[in-house]
Amino acid sequence: MANTNASAVKKDKKITWKEIKRQKTLLIISFITVVYGFIFCYWPLTGWIMAFQQYKPKNGLLHSKFVGLDKFKFLFGDDVFIKVIRNTFCMGVLNLVTSTIMAILFAILLNEIRHTLTKKVIQTVSYLPHFLSWIIVTGILHDALSSTGIINDLLLRTKIIDQAINFFAHPNFFWPIVAFANCWKETGWNAIIYLAAITAIDPCLYEAASIDGASRLQKIRYITLPGIKPTIMILLIMNIGNVLNAGFEIQYLLGNGLVQSVSQTIDIYVLKWGISQNDYSLGTAAGIFKSAVSIALILVCNWWAKKTGEERLF
Amino acid sequence: MNTKHIKRSLEDRIISVLIAIFMIVFITVTLYPVINTLAISFNDGIDAVRGGIYLWPRKFTMKNYTTVLAMQNLVTGAKITVARTVIGTFTALFANALLAYVVSRKRFLFKAQLSFFWVITMYVNGGMIPIFMLYKNLHLTGSFWVYIVPGMIGAWNMLVLRTYMLGLPDSLEESAQLDGAGYLTIFWKIISPLCKPVYATVALFVAVGQWNSWFDAMLYNRMKTEYTTLQYELMKLLSSVMQQSGSADTAKNSTAAITPITIRSAATVVTMLPIICLYPFLQRYFVTGLTIGGVKE
Repeated sequence: MANTNASAVKKDKKITWKEIKRQKTLLIISFITVVYGFIFCYWPLTGWIMAFQQYKPKNGLLHSKFVGLDKFKFLFGDDVFIKVIRNTFCMGVLNLVTSTIMAILFAILLNEIRHTLTKKVIQTVSYLPHFLSWIIVTGILHDALSSTGIINDLLLRTKIIDQAINFFAHPNFFWPIVAFANCWKETGWNAIIYLAAITAIDPCLYEAASIDGASRLQKIRYITLPGIKPTIMILLIMNIGNVLNAGFEIQYLLGNGLVQSVSQTIDIYVLKWGISQNDYSLGTAAGIFKSAVSIALILVCNWWAKKTGEERLF
Repeated sequence: MNTKHIKRSLEDRIISVLIAIFMIVFITVTLYPVINTLAISFNDGIDAVRGGIYLWPRKFTMKNYTTVLAMQNLVTGAKITVARTVIGTFTALFANALLAYVVSRKRFLFKAQLSFFWVITMYVNGGMIPIFMLYKNLHLTGSFWVYIVPGMIGAWNMLVLRTYMLGLPDSLEESAQLDGAGYLTIFWKIISPLCKPVYATVALFVAVGQWNSWFDAMLYNRMKTEYTTLQYELMKLLSSVMQQSGSADTAKNSTAAITPITIRSAATVVTMLPIICLYPFLQRYFVTGLTIGGVKE
């Protein structure tokens, strides 16, 4: 039965005038969305030509001077840009690692709570920061870490330090602050998917383990963790492809002159050169570099995921 | 019944205590800053400069809120933010749902090609500067529509909707077609009512994104104060405070009844309040949405 259906569908898929006429509505809608997608998603790609030109708005894309790879040479000769790449990459990886560990830890511990109402309340609270904008989060951070803020207050009271620390003036603090803010904002949210994966584990496994006398820790170690391993793997792989995309808002909002050398990311560099300095070509070149690396990462991860037997991304 | 009376092992109890400690710390770290902001927003301005306000205002006043609500730029920002959230959510939901509907029709001739066309956009985009120039050429910069039009179709949201629609039985469509219903009627009368949960999910994601975005206001409408948004105004307030707190003298010498920190706290509360009040009731929607969109099972 299923087979005949499948072949019937196959037959229908032949492009015939009758079928086209029948699907007229679908085709019109598709056409509109393709036009829309072409304008807003594909057309900007033609702007990449700018990276190979000395682009002048008055000359336009067609008549600006062609300079080949000069812009890219400038970029990689620029110490600032090398630092920017390092910052973007390191913060991306640091954020990914810390937020994944926190989310898994939170999900597993939350799952261990038996009392349903407590569990529900904790989970609801845990989502809250995800819904706040980075503007609000950085504002809160600024308050908490200021010289009269709660962190300095606690450190002074416990006599760990004897003078308030200006956290935003030390380059060494910047990456940990960003990683912490990221965990603060997203742990509860990221845990949703792990909790769903834990729920999908067969309860019989836990019962059998209990009968065999397994302790709670052993059950986590030998049932829960292996049970969510596929989810962890696929999410890690998916997120590695996005590592370079994870660096704009918070760095832009928290960065200042004193920590510039560790706070600037590729996107900020693009914004600074492209929009503020009006060097569209250089900004675009930096953007292309980011896109190219991202796509390469995604393809590698996709291949990797396929190899390890996890589901592909596309 | 018996299991309840079995004495729990020592290890078991230690783990319970550790979990409790972890959760208490977690909840405190999550909630404290929000409550603290709330407390400061209700505190007298000069008094707040002394610091040491934790969970409750020391000198209660509503003045910060009356000041914030009288600030013209914040009021404009609030209006625009509400407008973009409402209009943006409806248009994006409609566009994504319609596209997802087309892509999820099993008999549609170009469903694979159309999916591919949109999936690509998830991974490749022109980048900040070409996009900026495109919007400029289309005269979207300096207008309200820059908040609405470019974000109307998003591949990720579309795929979430598509996955859900693919899970609906084909027989619904077939029987409606036998009754003579066209594709649009089926979409509107049969598929959409069944998709309410996933529509709510996507609407929630879009609405939160619209409410919280500030970068587009800064980049495209910096000069157009009539199209400013709440978050962008908050950001301006924040950066002015940051600069002021850099020089301690400003705070000490201030004679005004309200110092920026209390104002900013009040503005922050106004900005986050609608979302904080709403999200607990929408939990099941985003949980399903993430499960559909995150890992295809």
